Amino acid sequence: MFRNNYDNDTVTYSPTGRLFQVEYALEAIKQGSAAVGLTSKNHVVLVALKRNAEELGSYQKKIIKIDSHMGVALAGLAPDARVLSNYLKKKAMENKLIFDKQIQTYKAVLSIADKAQENTQGFGSRPYGVGLLIAGYDETGSHLFEFQPSGSVLEYFGAAIGARSQAARTYLERNLEIIQQETEVEKLIVHGLNALRDTLSQDVELTFKNTTVAVVGKDQEFITYDDEDVQQWLDKLDSVSNARNREEETEENTEENTHETNNEDNQDHPTNEDRMETDE
Amino acid sequence: MNHDPYYWGRPSDEVYGQYNYNIANAKNVEQHNQNNSNFPKMNTQQPIITGTSVISSKFKNGIIIAADNVGSYGSLMRFNNIERLIKVGSQTIVGISGDISDLQYIQRILDELEIQQEVYDNDGGDFLIAPNVHEYLSRVMYNRRSNMNPLWNSIIVAGFDSEKKPFLRYVDLLGVTYHASTIATGFGSHLAIPLLRNLIPENKDYINVNEEQAKKVIEDSMRVLFYRDARSGEVYSYAVIRLNEETGKIEFEFNKKTKVEDQKWRFAKDIRGYGSTQH
Amino acid sequence: MNQVQTTVASEYSSEINKIPIEHRFNPYSDNGGTVLGIAGKDFAVLAGDTRQSEGYSIQSRYEKKIHNVGDNILMTANGFAADGVELIDQFKQQLKWYKFDNQNQKLKIGSAARYIQHLLYNKRFFPFYVHTLIAGLDDDGKGAIYSYDPVGSYEREQCRAGGAAASLIMPFLDNQVNFKNQMIPGTNENKTIEFLELDEVIKLVRDAFTSAGERHIYVGDGLEILIVTKEGVRTEYYPLKRD
Repeated sequence: MFRNNYDNDTVTYSPTGRLFQVEYALEAIKQGSAAVGLTSKNHVVLVALKRNAEELGSYQKKIIKIDSHMGVALAGLAPDARVLSNYLKKKAMENKLIFDKQIQTYKAVLSIADKAQENTQGFGSRPYGVGLLIAGYDETGSHLFEFQPSGSVLEYFGAAIGARSQAARTYLERNLEIIQQETEVEKLIVHGLNALRDTLSQDVELTFKNTTVAVVGKDQEFITYDDEDVQQWLDKLDSVSNARNREEETEENTEENTHETNNEDNQDHPTNEDRMETDE
Repeated sequence: MNHDPYYWGRPSDEVYGQYNYNIANAKNVEQHNQNNSNFPKMNTQQPIITGTSVISSKFKNGIIIAADNVGSYGSLMRFNNIERLIKVGSQTIVGISGDISDLQYIQRILDELEIQQEVYDNDGGDFLIAPNVHEYLSRVMYNRRSNMNPLWNSIIVAGFDSEKKPFLRYVDLLGVTYHASTIATGFGSHLAIPLLRNLIPENKDYINVNEEQAKKVIEDSMRVLFYRDARSGEVYSYAVIRLNEETGKIEFEFNKKTKVEDQKWRFAKDIRGYGSTQH
Repeated sequence: MNQVQTTVASEYSSEINKIPIEHRFNPYSDNGGTVLGIAGKDFAVLAGDTRQSEGYSIQSRYEKKIHNVGDNILMTANGFAADGVELIDQFKQQLKWYKFDNQNQKLKIGSAARYIQHLLYNKRFFPFYVHTLIAGLDDDGKGAIYSYDPVGSYEREQCRAGGAAASLIMPFLDNQVNFKNQMIPGTNENKTIEFLELDEVIKLVRDAFTSAGERHIYVGDGLEILIVTKEGVRTEYYPLKRD
């Protein structure tokens, strides 16, 4: 490892104006498996890839319901996500109790963003090591936000976080116009899964065990699909493996493919990343 | 030693003079210093300057609410320029009777609520509607009563709900809430409610009543209240909030300094007895 | 005044002279209304009138009092309306947390019952001034009613009336639901308890409320009956006298 004099705490800037501890926290998100979110006028869809620490172990939960109109998908340190989502749940219930109305997605996201920001300014504190995609449908319509440990919040039509998420973003960018026009939830979910599929590493496929899907929208309370319930959505896909892998399958017969040229994300992480402690 | 059962153990007054609260009773020192009173810590136990009834009614596509401008000090008409209808957000009116200083406090927290919700949270949005205001106020009222420090008021919140239906709901110093198509506080609940319920017998019947009918009964009620409620005034404010069904927009009408019309005092000349010089 | 007083009475008289009478704000009121729960073999009903009063004034002719709080549980808290609303709000809030904490698991009626005891007892020295009833189905699918006093003492029962006209309705229920004081004709034996069918229970409830409405000023306007079965919750409404 290289040495860095300016990364011991979050109160010290580097001479180039960076906060290394915060940037490291952003790296922690990339260690987690991918989560994808996308919106249409009336719906928001979250899909995510679950990982299990070992064959016999359970899969880590990737999507957490906050209230009947809101939920989050996470990538990074799952315990941090649990703390943040508990805080969101509390805020959502508080709002319902005091104002008899569901909390606006924007207001909810700002509440955790403010919390996260405080951790970037204290001496003994560690920034949250998790990124969240927050999906909500409220009186102002459908919303998708990305939350970062730096405390920054941005709204997206489509967003992806976690390992190899660039591939999903590329898919979303290419299909943005179709996605935005989409009126059927089913098709929106398929787009989400298509994007998620592109983040898969070579030997992995989307299965009902490792895929999780959630929807929220107009006249649609937040609902997550896990395990057997996911199969109905996977059945709608033309393929459950990565597009690159599919190409390889056809090429496999002709030559030994070293497929290291595909994606820069692939090079960032060693192949054993799926076993890393930092994974959710 | 003082042997009086209540003061048992304290130095007797005959020998040592009056008991000095500054020495022993540390908990209440502040109060005893202030007024040398034996009262325990005290919160509001009675209203001081008061406003009388607020009356309100739903009609087909809106709501009307009225309250006079008097602030009474006991039986003295201390003020005649108190505005007891408070606009919150763009389509809600809060009508308050009871203690006027508490009214002004409520006005302030509603101002803060509006700033917090519409400016800070929403960047100038327009989402604060009557059910939100009512729920918030009822939490404030119930919490205050639970701390034995009530805001001495009865409040009516009037406006529209999220489905753009007329919304009318009450909350008082105990935190008790209810809804109805006609609501009145104070004397109004005795004098105005019979007139209003005559117009709208069942809750759902408000859809058969138009604005003119509702307004007339509210005017009648204000007159009856002026006749018979000694703490009422001749000048009142009323607000109408209606949904324009053509444009789908909510219209807000706030009328101040309205006078009680059609007063009939001919009977007065026939009054006999007490101070009357007629026989 | 006597300086040395020995009798108990004089102790009090000195107190009255020297201590200012504490005239406190009364944080409670009585909003009338009456409620009733009956458990059947595979159903339970919770019924209540819809009137809310304060003194001699009827505040509202329709204010919801029986709440479907989720997980096939019905709840009502009759007495001081503000406390009733607060108690039910607190329970609903906690049920939401329970769902979050327990993978959306259904809350059993027995657990709900125990939890409500704690909600009430937490305010033992400033009680919720309400008579609380909950209704649902137990683990075997049998109807269950739990009833509480204001500070949380509770018990599972076959039927219970609460609120203003409880004393009018309860003896009627004892006789008609639990067959108290009913003999089998021609014998010297008491009639044994058997479950009533739903339509019979509805009839009993309606009779109980129309009768109570005749005699009690705090009962009237409307009767709302919530029925819980394994299929879910359904509501029936019948008008009552409005005088």
